[in-house]
Amino acid sequence: MTYPAQGASETLARRALPIIGLIAALLLLWEGARLLFGLSEQRLPSLGSIVETMFTPTRGGAGPLLIVQMLANGWATFRVALGGFFIGGVLGFGLAVLFMRLPVLERGLMPYVIGSQTVPILAIAPMVVVGLGRMGAPPWLAKMVVAAYLTFFPVTIGMLRGLRSASPQSLDLMRSYAATPFQYFWKLRLPVSLPYLFTALKIAASAAVIGAIVAELPSGAREGIGVMILNAAQYYNSRPQALYLAILVAGLVGISFYGLVVLAEHLIVKWRA
Amino acid sequence: MSTSPIIEFDRVSKVYQSGGGPVTALLDVSLSIAAGEFIALIGPSGCGKSTLMRLIGDLEQPSSGTVRVKGKTPQQARLDRDYGIVFQAPVLYEWRTVRRNVELPLEIMGRPPAERRERAMSLLRLVGLGDFGDAYPHQLSGGMQQRAAIARALSFEPSILLMDEPFGALDEITRERMQTELLSLWSSADPRPTVIFVTHSIPEAVFLADRVVVMSPRPGRVQRVVPIDLPRPRVFETRESPAFFGLVTEVREALRATESERVGV
Repeated sequence: MTYPAQGASETLARRALPIIGLIAALLLLWEGARLLFGLSEQRLPSLGSIVETMFTPTRGGAGPLLIVQMLANGWATFRVALGGFFIGGVLGFGLAVLFMRLPVLERGLMPYVIGSQTVPILAIAPMVVVGLGRMGAPPWLAKMVVAAYLTFFPVTIGMLRGLRSASPQSLDLMRSYAATPFQYFWKLRLPVSLPYLFTALKIAASAAVIGAIVAELPSGAREGIGVMILNAAQYYNSRPQALYLAILVAGLVGISFYGLVVLAEHLIVKWRA
Repeated sequence: MSTSPIIEFDRVSKVYQSGGGPVTALLDVSLSIAAGEFIALIGPSGCGKSTLMRLIGDLEQPSSGTVRVKGKTPQQARLDRDYGIVFQAPVLYEWRTVRRNVELPLEIMGRPPAERRERAMSLLRLVGLGDFGDAYPHQLSGGMQQRAAIARALSFEPSILLMDEPFGALDEITRERMQTELLSLWSSADPRPTVIFVTHSIPEAVFLADRVVVMSPRPGRVQRVVPIDLPRPRVFETRESPAFFGLVTEVREALRATESERVGV
């Protein structure tokens, strides 16, 4: 049993300590490798120079600090990923419910659903972005569609599994109460599937961020982590720090997105010990 | 029995189709059960005692013969919400608090929230869980969870209780206490529900039932029906009486007869 008053801060410390320790170890390893192998700033930039780059103003001194610009781009990507996550989540959920109710549809459509995920997203993203653009769709929508494309699949698979995981006896009980099909769904199948849904959503969260970044790569995009990565890669030889920073921001966006899903899970699936 | 039967089996058979060919779970079972009776079904595994219970509850359908419940088909009785079911596992919905688990049938039947809540709380108090209404099932011990499951089955006052080895997973001490509690719940209800209680414990069957239906396996048949004339209320001392031992022996021998028959054939 826990003792709430001191327990809360204690567990927080116990959780934070390994994370801080691991980061410290990584930073040490980074600098150690530079010293040990005598790597130049071009091969592996020093931590100091990366931090310094963060605080250099952009556009020859006229723009905001690089880190501010990067975070703004990260926020742009975050919004696209969130929109795509939502669209893909709803689509994945809908497909799962449809497949559960109509197994014939599952047998017919599932091969295409799986097939859709084996096509590299890098090949599909330009088609979607350019294609939807020609049809007059706003750029943000095209990017969201790419993010949704990666999101719906884990949600469909996880949710379908969850919807089918009600135990035979729990179904027998519903039968004995003469429950309606909607009551079976709402009071049994849906709550049973929530832990499965959240597992799927955690996978989908990082997939949505990757989808959003990839969707920003085709020419024409003006903001987002994808654009930053392209720019930084172009100047990698003269200023490698920017690319590392872009990666850092991408990771930050991915982790915060994941964290949001975990938070939602804690708020909704609160019956778990 | 003087009253008209509430449940009637007329030459009922149940055959399952399995990979290795048809398996006869029940063969030619005829049985009638009076309203308010406490019936224990006992027999070795594979004797079809659970199948018999599930046929009453319309969880399965007979292959031949007819089952009538209150003069209706089991399906109609199920749609009329005549059955409260308790399984060996509590099967509480883990995302609902204990109180909301007990409310579940009432919720499905569209009873108003205030009535549901009141009914659930009074039942929880009755089974000794008055302080645990807001707990989640995983916070309760096995015995407490099973008490909640019984409260849930009683919540809508069904006329028939179907219990499939409800105390099978409990330790002996808890089990005996729960038997006494069940009897007092049952006898204080008005009208008393008819109970079909599946078990493979001989003393449990004798302690609880008005009649013990002894079944034999492969194919499942009714071997013997042993009337239990022990006085009620049955209490702790009942288990120590010579009459109790006599009846336990009688049921045990009926069960052994099913064994020797099988070996002898």
